[in-house]
Amino acid sequence: MTTAQKQLQIPGEIAIEIRKMNKWYGQFHVLRDIDLTVARGERIVICGPSGSGKSTMIRCINRLEEHQSGDIIVDGTELTNDLKNIDKVRSEVGMVFQHFNLFPHLTILENCTLAPIWVRKIPKKQAEETAMHFLTKVKIPDQALKYPGQLSGGQQQRVAIARSLCMRPRIMLFDEPTSALDPEMIKEVLDTMIELAEEGMTMLCVTHEMGFAQAVANRVVFMDQGQIVEQNAPKEFFSNPQSERTKLFLSQILGH
Amino acid sequence: MAFATSRAEASKGGFRLSMLIYDTRFRAITLQVVALILFLLFIGWLTDNVIRNLDAKGKDINFGFLWVRAGYDIEQTLIPYTNDSSHGRAVIIGLLNTLVVAFFGCILATVIGVIVGVLRLSNNWLISRLMTIYVEIFRNVPLLLWILLTFVVISETMPAPAAFKITPAILESRAALEGIEAQAGGNGFWSRITGLQTLSLPFFLWLLALIGISASAWQYARSRLDAGKAALIAAIPAVLWIVAALTVFSPSLSPVLADSEASAIGPTEPAASKFFFDSIALTNRGTNVPAPLLDRPLGGTEIVSVPVNYSVLAVIAVIIVSVLANRSVIRRANKLQETTGTRPTTWWISLLILFLPLILLLVALGLHWEVPAFPVNDEGVSQGFNFRGGIQVMHSFTALLIALSLYTSAFIAEIVRAGIQAISRGQSEAAAALGLRPGRTMKLVILPQALRVIIPPLISQYLNLTKNTSLGIAVSYLDLRGTLGGITLNQTGRELECMLLMMLIYLTISLIISSGMNAFNSAVKLKER
Repeated sequence: MTTAQKQLQIPGEIAIEIRKMNKWYGQFHVLRDIDLTVARGERIVICGPSGSGKSTMIRCINRLEEHQSGDIIVDGTELTNDLKNIDKVRSEVGMVFQHFNLFPHLTILENCTLAPIWVRKIPKKQAEETAMHFLTKVKIPDQALKYPGQLSGGQQQRVAIARSLCMRPRIMLFDEPTSALDPEMIKEVLDTMIELAEEGMTMLCVTHEMGFAQAVANRVVFMDQGQIVEQNAPKEFFSNPQSERTKLFLSQILGH
Repeated sequence: MAFATSRAEASKGGFRLSMLIYDTRFRAITLQVVALILFLLFIGWLTDNVIRNLDAKGKDINFGFLWVRAGYDIEQTLIPYTNDSSHGRAVIIGLLNTLVVAFFGCILATVIGVIVGVLRLSNNWLISRLMTIYVEIFRNVPLLLWILLTFVVISETMPAPAAFKITPAILESRAALEGIEAQAGGNGFWSRITGLQTLSLPFFLWLLALIGISASAWQYARSRLDAGKAALIAAIPAVLWIVAALTVFSPSLSPVLADSEASAIGPTEPAASKFFFDSIALTNRGTNVPAPLLDRPLGGTEIVSVPVNYSVLAVIAVIIVSVLANRSVIRRANKLQETTGTRPTTWWISLLILFLPLILLLVALGLHWEVPAFPVNDEGVSQGFNFRGGIQVMHSFTALLIALSLYTSAFIAEIVRAGIQAISRGQSEAAAALGLRPGRTMKLVILPQALRVIIPPLISQYLNLTKNTSLGIAVSYLDLRGTLGGITLNQTGRELECMLLMMLIYLTISLIISSGMNAFNSAVKLKER
């Protein structure tokens, strides 16, 4: 742990704390003794080979996956079986998926207002104003009345980001947000994410976009076989990887 | 270019006869015209053949028989009918009988099908397997067998009406019992508790079931609610258990009697008793249910020999007005939610609007129920051979309805399951990540999308059920097939007319059902592009 991280871990400034978290799928041990502390405003990129448990780990943070042992504390709320805690965490944590998962039967605007209206109990008009605000921010306000099927992949992913932001989350999780996109669409989504990062949003991002990691991340976490192998500031991580496994991974993804 | 592809080029080259086959613009039309000519020729040949054959037999096509006296009885009729009525009226009776089974069958099959389909997706291993077994049993055995089996089971296992009668012997035993009771000292609460048969096997099994149900209720509620509410929920089965134990497992409602004493007295109740607060009697002849009677009916009239009851019309009108009023309440609630964000609680207003006017009307009309019963003489002994009063529902109807509903529900269950599973997991995950609870997710995200997958095959199932009512002939249920296609056909010998008319009627019913469902489908279908 670097000194910079230690300084960040002042009580009250911690956004997410994961302690000794383990998860099994049947006999398969997916996550082993995960320890991770994320400070408020910190931007973390999680990378690693496929099947290393990176998606599973961030999905545990908003309880889309259940962990079997250890603690996860999000914004002071511990994730247990208590539905109230789960609701509280989910309303604080936004999530963007690889396949966007927009609701195809609702317009872009309705996609963005559904949760604010039914979960936050915000008046429809106000919810629509908020939605338009964030749609403008992701630069697609003119598509508000279309259906998701009428938009390109990049536009859909930006809508998904806007939909999450409409709940005014304090933490955003990104699960390979650009993996299903064409190269030119990747850029428009990454630009949106960089903008978000610059505003000080706490972000955990599973991605293979190393350029993004170098540009915005405070820390890069490398996972392999369900364990956190190495974590470091991006500069050191890329220039001076500690473990053999990290070196091999970096040589493979940066090699071409 | 060999083939002209635009109008300009075609006009340049002029029209050649070979273009009818080789030009893509004309080819489709040529083929359709040829097919149409062949089809018309075929129909013409068939019609000609039929007319020639009928001629040779000295027959014509004539629907006049519909106005001739039918001369046969129909056990169950919705509107008045006697054997003096015409064949035409018998056809209407049959049609109504078909529609009644189809209507209630579709509703019942949908309700059971949706429940089974959703439960089959349950995470609970036992429940999902039980539902799988249900589906596989019902859809893999022919419908005709289910109808026959249901009919046999309900008519063979039920007691004869005589078993419900109070005989002089029963009255004697009652008098004897009263004497003993007076000596033993009442049948109060304590005598029931002391008489509880705690060592019997059924009691032991019931105890195990109680512990299982209460524990799982507690576990389930604890995962969602705080301990206090969870305990309350777990207490419900416990209370039910105590009530059941006191009523079912105490020896009887009378004080504890020694076996020898009890056997000396003989039965104090008839061999069979009525269900549901002593109002519904199941016998081997049929199901006797209470009939609604009005003290102050509004009268009625006849339109084209079909009776019209003003009281029924008034009830229907009140229901429609209530539903419309309730809709405006819901609309107001929606508007309030849009402007303020919070949705007012409307369920009790809805309940009031939906039921209060109806209840008031029924009270004004003086509704009471005529319970089926045996007439009794001065001493209290039952007279006669069957129940008087109430409505007797034929077992053929009940069996057909139950078998059709259960059979079709198995298919509907699979359709519902497929519809829900067709929605990707990502949808419910995205909804969960936004903080929507599972119930809301189902209502706002999953069902609107699943419905568009469910409805088209559901239409086919409704049509299947409606047409399968014609299997009622197996249990002599006189529906359209039984009257028009059965007795009327046999008596008049007008096969062609009867079959044509029957096909026409079934076709009309099916088209009405499918057009109605299609309208519903286009209302819920996904608007995309």
